[in-house]
Amino acid sequence: MMRIELVKRPQRSALFSVLSPFIAFALTMIAGGIMFALLGVNPLDAFNIYFIQPISEVWQLHELAIKAAPLILIAVGLSVCYKANIWNIGAEGQFIFGAIFGSIIPVLFPQFEGPLVIPLMLLLGMVGGAFYASIPAFLKTRFSTNEILTSLMLVYVAQLFLDWLVRGPWRDPQGHGFPQTIQFGDSAVLPELMPDAGRANWGILFALVAAVAIWLMMSRMLKGFEVRVLGSSPRAGRFAGFGFNRMVFFTFLLSGALAGLAGISEVSGAIGQLQPVISPGYGFTAIIVAFLGRLNPLGIVAAGLVLALTYLGGEAVQSALGISDKVARVFQGMLLFFVLGCDTLIHYRIRLIGMALTKANGTAQLEAAPKLEEAR
Amino acid sequence: MDITVNILLTIATAATPLLIAAIGELVVERSGVLNLGVEGMMIMGAVGGFGAGYLTGSPWIGLLAAIIVGALFSLLFAVMTLSLATNQVATGLSLTLLGLGLSGMIGTSFVGQPGVRLPNLDIPGLSSIPVVGRLIFGQDPVFYISIALTAAVMWFLFRTRTGLTLRSIGDSHTSAHALGIKVIRYRYLAVIFGGACAGLAGGHLSLVYTPQWVENMSAGRGWIALALVVFASWRPWRVLAGAYIFGAVWIGQLHAQAFGIPVPSQFLSSLPYLATIVVLVLISRNKRLTMMNTPASLGQPFVPDR
Repeated sequence: MMRIELVKRPQRSALFSVLSPFIAFALTMIAGGIMFALLGVNPLDAFNIYFIQPISEVWQLHELAIKAAPLILIAVGLSVCYKANIWNIGAEGQFIFGAIFGSIIPVLFPQFEGPLVIPLMLLLGMVGGAFYASIPAFLKTRFSTNEILTSLMLVYVAQLFLDWLVRGPWRDPQGHGFPQTIQFGDSAVLPELMPDAGRANWGILFALVAAVAIWLMMSRMLKGFEVRVLGSSPRAGRFAGFGFNRMVFFTFLLSGALAGLAGISEVSGAIGQLQPVISPGYGFTAIIVAFLGRLNPLGIVAAGLVLALTYLGGEAVQSALGISDKVARVFQGMLLFFVLGCDTLIHYRIRLIGMALTKANGTAQLEAAPKLEEAR
Repeated sequence: MDITVNILLTIATAATPLLIAAIGELVVERSGVLNLGVEGMMIMGAVGGFGAGYLTGSPWIGLLAAIIVGALFSLLFAVMTLSLATNQVATGLSLTLLGLGLSGMIGTSFVGQPGVRLPNLDIPGLSSIPVVGRLIFGQDPVFYISIALTAAVMWFLFRTRTGLTLRSIGDSHTSAHALGIKVIRYRYLAVIFGGACAGLAGGHLSLVYTPQWVENMSAGRGWIALALVVFASWRPWRVLAGAYIFGAVWIGQLHAQAFGIPVPSQFLSSLPYLATIVVLVLISRNKRLTMMNTPASLGQPFVPDR
């Protein structure tokens, strides 16, 4: 029987704050290899299909960018929330509402065309996401209702609302009864960046701009400082005159707007119409992206690309090996687990101690105990 | 009369998984740990229960498997948050995400397969008493487990010394540790108990409620169970009341859909989730009640010093 003992480090380990995502990734690979072996697939073949083949050609990199864009956009917003110790986990719902608000123009006013359409749609998307995020923020500030549960419940409501829209009032009358809206007109489709090379659209640029902007805010501006102070010590923040309720609204509206932008970009760029399901769980996967990126916007860009690859890899193993594409979700979940576990190394040293041996006297323990002290 | 009895029976069936999962989480939270992985543990229990029942043909083995799978899955959370002192909110979330993915992968081959159903209790004579017969003597076995579990947890938390110790840990792990109480050990056991309960609740879904495997079949029930604990301000009998209210809402909207009430079905389907929000608002606006009952060290990581 082994016991794990944590020894607090005098200060956080710079080494491990850099290394921990990589250790986590390596551990995920090992666990994933075991999983593939259990499924009766040669792990090396599976890894090749999962992680290498989906990004071996230029057009595939465009697909990666399409998947990474919403993840990064949502995750940078969430990182601000989580830094402030405010838990918005309803980004999936805000994503959907952004998509719905943004789609008002192409669905209800298809005759409206021109260069203004896209900017207006994006703006409405952000408004929609922010509006939907303001509900849990309002309930938290006004009634101190737990924001984790309310924001999550609203995801289900948003999914059902979208389902009703595309089956009911917004259904394409010429769509042969399929639950979908009309195809967006040309001026409502987010342009592709390099149409000759692949499908990637402006969404990835939005994501990169948002990441840099939030990074500047968090590291160079007073607002970012406020977020960090309130997150690590609400009391100190109060003494400094930073309003907690204002912060709740700020973080929720910001992350909601970014999730909404991701939603409308996805619908306008990658899908081209509203459907009952418009997201393979981007809003939840973005939580993993935020943590894998260490809640740092620049780290989140890298993490977003990694998680986007897990989606592509999941599709690849499904078609090549006949394994369920749910394998992507498993990879994502394992990755988050290992990231959180490895982050412990930043603040603590870990000792594994044999239960029986700790009771022996000191010298025997020094000589014989399988005491593994990980990297001081 | 028959319709009323039938509706009451379906409400009980809908309330049972909520009750079991919430009672388990209540014990976990009373020990000061916030496990947001209920949804994940529940869905793992559902797939494990269905799988074991389907492969062996015995719903009882299925139920047992559901409990074991839930407990084992919660162990993952326990090691992370208790031994490695990770953030409980993030770890719980990842448990849910992992559970939803893993269950989907495991369950691929179960989709569309006929499941086995746990038979209802049938006591000759007693079960055929009009009205109360079926309500009291003719329900599924898990229903009785859920009621017994609630009573047992009430007794344990408020009438035993160990229960008192558990609550004291939840209120101040530092003081409890200073008194020589094994905080981490208690919490491990509490988390595993919560996992077993969530697994059992999942097993009820796939072995009684709808004896088949459908991806994401827990449909947010784990989250509603979490909300129920807050709603109940950490008291078992209020969890019982809350679970039945939610069971009634859940069944009510299904019946409304069946009766063809001229409201889009999606709006009716969203009622349980909206009701959860409303109920949370109502309970949390009463700050005194919430503050008084919330375990004081809920969600805070604890690292024993030597």
